[in-house]
Amino acid sequence: MSARDQARSIVEPAPFSRRLAALVIVVYALVSSIPLAWIVATSFKTPNDAIAYPPKLVFTPSLEGYVNLFTARTRQTPEYLASLPPPETWYEELVRKRNMVITGPSRFAGRYANSLIIGFGSTFFAVLLGTFAAYAFSRFGIPLKEDLLFFILSTRMFPPIAVAIPIYLMYRQLGLTDTQLGMIILYTAVNLSLSVWLLKGFIDEIPKEYEEAAMVDGYSRLQAFRKVVLPQAATGIAATAIFCLIFAWNEYAFALLLTSGLAQTAPPFIPNIIGEGGLDWPAVAAGTTLFLLPVMIFTILLRKHLLRGITFGALRR
Amino acid sequence: MTAIRLEGVSKRFAGFTAVDALDLTVPDGSFFVLLGPSGCGKTTTLRMIAGLEMPSEGRILLDGEDVTELRAGRRDIAFVFQLFALYPHMNVRRNIAYPLRSRGVARAETARRVEEVARMLRIEHLLDARIGRLSGGDRQRVALARAVVRRPRAFLMDEPLGTLDAAFRELMCEELRGLHDRIGATTVYVTHDQIEAMRMADLIAVMNRGRVEQLGTPEELYHRPRSTFVARFIGSPAMNLLACRIEQDAGDPVAVLAGVRLPGIPAPAGTAEATLGIRPEHVRIDDTSALRGEVLAVEYLGARQVVTVEGPFGLLKLRAPNRLALAFGDRPGLAFDPGRVVWFDADGRSLATARRREAAGG
Repeated sequence: MSARDQARSIVEPAPFSRRLAALVIVVYALVSSIPLAWIVATSFKTPNDAIAYPPKLVFTPSLEGYVNLFTARTRQTPEYLASLPPPETWYEELVRKRNMVITGPSRFAGRYANSLIIGFGSTFFAVLLGTFAAYAFSRFGIPLKEDLLFFILSTRMFPPIAVAIPIYLMYRQLGLTDTQLGMIILYTAVNLSLSVWLLKGFIDEIPKEYEEAAMVDGYSRLQAFRKVVLPQAATGIAATAIFCLIFAWNEYAFALLLTSGLAQTAPPFIPNIIGEGGLDWPAVAAGTTLFLLPVMIFTILLRKHLLRGITFGALRR
Repeated sequence: MTAIRLEGVSKRFAGFTAVDALDLTVPDGSFFVLLGPSGCGKTTTLRMIAGLEMPSEGRILLDGEDVTELRAGRRDIAFVFQLFALYPHMNVRRNIAYPLRSRGVARAETARRVEEVARMLRIEHLLDARIGRLSGGDRQRVALARAVVRRPRAFLMDEPLGTLDAAFRELMCEELRGLHDRIGATTVYVTHDQIEAMRMADLIAVMNRGRVEQLGTPEELYHRPRSTFVARFIGSPAMNLLACRIEQDAGDPVAVLAGVRLPGIPAPAGTAEATLGIRPEHVRIDDTSALRGEVLAVEYLGARQVVTVEGPFGLLKLRAPNRLALAFGDRPGLAFDPGRVVWFDADGRSLATARRREAAGG
């Protein structure tokens, strides 16, 4: 082969660097998924397997962690256990083997539901309000626009927890402490600056000629917004929603401070498991595994929008 | 069929007047071009007619009806954007049908009209294609189809050919004019390209700094520019503008260009200085002439050549037949076609010459 046959494009990466890039990505993906895999594996171990040293890579899977996560139990004497009627369900049986009886459901399911309601609720409002605000900032000549945008961004220039005490006092006066509504309002407010700025960027990219064409064609501005702007901003809205959900879902400090019972979310609850009846690592791991799922599913569902890219093909710039 | 009238229309943005007390009438059924450099207010004017901008002052009338306060969708006007503004999330058929859907046109009727328009613009084979797949010219046709399908009272076009390459632009000019001749609807077309304007327009309004500099047919603008701005803007190469002194010779004004008297050429009275305007094709090579210059450049353009001559009067371009062999450094004599000379005053406004004033008076 002559040299010319091997001539390559200077913009396309060479096969070697392509393979190298792939290798780096694979290694990185493996390294970052090890902790996750460890947690998921631990959630299926028995308490003894979970703390075995050296760690057991091969073990008999057990649902004990999940049972412990969802139930409250008390330890009983063997005599008492023998006097009970035989266990009716597989999880009762599992608990009896550890010399315990189920006294009722744990509070985990309720905390998890709180997390879902508060996380998705605040994401919904942050994205909804953010989209309208971003559209207005992008399209209209608002007085003091630059200052307002800077002001909105400035709420992000300190860690939100820095204002925890004023917010706590305010919430107590308003009766919003330990309510789902209070947490939704708080997370929406914190996320709004992010969502306005992110979405304004995306909406700025959509040429205003699209709406103007629709408006000349007989649609009102609101109809043009719904039929023309929203479909094209879908990518940006999806990305923003994921960011907002991740923040609201993982938020720990405010949840610890402002919720204690009714509206407590999962993050401050999971460490509580550690305190209840010794170090029950499989139960903690089970709680963490379940906690990871919604964000993972949400991200995977919206992945199409994230990866699709923005089809500005109909416009020539 | 719609006549468009603008009465004293102004548009001011923060600290900047885009359109300044504009009075304009677009006759019913005409192909009307707003021509000017960028920032002259032509697009703002068009957007105010469409209802996309509110005028700061003045009234806009469609067929005598005041639509100044009416929102865009209620004016029944179609707008073709420079960027085409086709919706990328819809295919060609849905893009074209979109304006009909907003008006609640029945489904069968919509389908029929979309087919009809597609046939007219020769894009039937593209109806199910995605917008992203189309070439620039096809997108332009789809954008036109979307405008035509509504049968609006008037068409407004904002540099619709601006993004196309030269060869295609020429073809689309023909198609646009052909389409206008078939439909006959009033069209207002904005462009900065004087060749496009000359090719298609019935009437051209040349705009400069928010005002209409001159309104007329392409011929009028070309041969009788009312200002040096129009003289420079229209024609390629532009009109030659040469500073002259005006002397009196037995009571008649005579022009003197760089010390050379031009007795055969009608000159304006009542002024000591004026600018002579002459198109390159109306400058002749005449070796008996005392007016001489040195050839700086010769551009061969197929049928004609454009020759740049430098003399004491400055630079001058002339269009000469190819059989004239002129080369760099030659010193040809120059003469002007007397009937084609126009005059401008110090402010760049056109001046009447004695002869023309007589013609107008008689």
